[in-house]
Amino acid sequence: MMGEEFVALSLTPILIGTLAAIACALPGNFLLLRRQALIGDAISHVVLPGIVVAFLITGVVAAVPMMLGAAGAAVVAVVMIEAIRRLGKIEPGAAMGVTFTAMFAGGVLLLEQSDTSTVHLDVEHALFGNLESLIWLDATGWSSLWDRDALAYLPVELPRLLAVLIVVALFTWIYWRPLKLSTFDEGFAQSMGIRTGPLGFALVIVAALAAVAAFDAVGSIIVIAMFICPPAAARLMTNSLGAQVAWSVLFATLSAVLGYVFAGYGPIWLGANNAVSAAGMIAAVSGVILAITAVAGPCRSRSGAPAEG
Amino acid sequence: MTPLELATSNGARLQNAHAGAALAIRGMTVSYGQKPAVFSVDMSVPVGSMTAIIGPNGAGKSTLLKAALGVIKPLAGTATVFGQPVADARARIAYVPQRASVDWDFPTRVLDVVLMGLYRELGLLGRLRGTHKAKAMDCLARVGMQDFASRQIGQLSGGQQQRVFLARALAQNADLYLLDEPFAGVDAATEKAIIDVLKSLRAEGKTVVAVHHDLSTVADYFDRVFLINTTRVAEGTVEEAFTPQTLQEAYGGRLATGQLGQTALGA
Repeated sequence: MMGEEFVALSLTPILIGTLAAIACALPGNFLLLRRQALIGDAISHVVLPGIVVAFLITGVVAAVPMMLGAAGAAVVAVVMIEAIRRLGKIEPGAAMGVTFTAMFAGGVLLLEQSDTSTVHLDVEHALFGNLESLIWLDATGWSSLWDRDALAYLPVELPRLLAVLIVVALFTWIYWRPLKLSTFDEGFAQSMGIRTGPLGFALVIVAALAAVAAFDAVGSIIVIAMFICPPAAARLMTNSLGAQVAWSVLFATLSAVLGYVFAGYGPIWLGANNAVSAAGMIAAVSGVILAITAVAGPCRSRSGAPAEG
Repeated sequence: MTPLELATSNGARLQNAHAGAALAIRGMTVSYGQKPAVFSVDMSVPVGSMTAIIGPNGAGKSTLLKAALGVIKPLAGTATVFGQPVADARARIAYVPQRASVDWDFPTRVLDVVLMGLYRELGLLGRLRGTHKAKAMDCLARVGMQDFASRQIGQLSGGQQQRVFLARALAQNADLYLLDEPFAGVDAATEKAIIDVLKSLRAEGKTVVAVHHDLSTVADYFDRVFLINTTRVAEGTVEEAFTPQTLQEAYGGRLATGQLGQTALGA
């Protein structure tokens, strides 16, 4: 499996899955600590109708119209949530739940009714992405990594996700201190002059960027799982925010690599004939990692730990 | 004098009174929903004083502090610190929020919390040096928490958490300290440690303002009192503003008159 076949068929999906997982896990750490973990879930649901409408208008699956469509859908979602909350006098959580599921359902219906047979855009892809098809047929082996002609035919998702990951990582690095401060103690952060409102909004925008880019390549299941599982598992491994973020990157990578390998080869090892969905397996692996850390992680004792002195 | 002249001269007098103030609040009005929590409050805190903000539950004590700091957006009103707008004087202000307002499960250690007080000094990407850590350790030592520096914050008792918050404020090296209920739910040793630190700050010429609940300790701990019940009830030295009459006015029937008399007399 380590030869040319691996480079052509498995290397790029594994890399894309890993990049998507890390891009979602990084902002997921802060969202988790802010009790906003479900925002990743919400974004990945809300953007579906926006992406479908963008496709129906332009007729192609391209990055810019999809991002615009996703952004438009997010705006519609915010307006709908406010309208439901004010007109119906319903609590915000319920208003969000209704909006997200309704918009995702609307997106599914739109997808079914539109002719998307020529592109990778249907209900299944929305859920599971198309990781297995992001192959690099021009690769003839490891040497292709230095071959300009072959590199030109890398799946477009790979450089796109790499760029998004760089943006996400830069944001996390540059705004580390204000993010940490405002996540821990918002009032104090404000008293120091940190604009916590715009910063929180920027965090959600960055999370949305990661979600939409990942959604395109790997589907909404991974997006939801990667926003929550690696950071939550990482929190159980350490009591330091820096170490938590590092663990979450490791867990995201492990989930993506092991998930892809298990999905492709696991059923064969077990005697079955067909591979299973890589996205589903990656999400499942991240869930198993979370379960293991929940049982055996060293920092499971949370508040309620007896104080001394 | 015509009403206009009177108003103008009043304004000028207020202006003068505020000029030397560490914290001056004018016409502060804050509302959550329909009902105002703080209504048209003026306050003037002299430099080097120690002021207790007292009043019944829901009287707007914390809200007044937060509005002055810009943590809550007021409907109306302004706050100046040493004559400057708060936004320009942030380096001179240290704020200690209520302990219960944060999540103590947050993955960080005691020393890291104190280092947060150095954010303005460090900036976004400034390198954290040994001198910064030494400074943070000094601040922890001032509140008697130097042995807990590498402890996870969730493992601290309430009193220890409050001391860490005070150490973080000390690290800011400010001139005006605003504390929201620093003595709420702390043990006696912590209360003593905190008041000692606050008194040493006053001795250094710093100004201290604290939201305070325990009427029995007001006269011992503070030299000035600001009584509030949505509007300002009384303001001045403990002798002037902390009297049975003013307390009756602020708390209404909620305190027995006998208790009021005793408290105000410092008995």
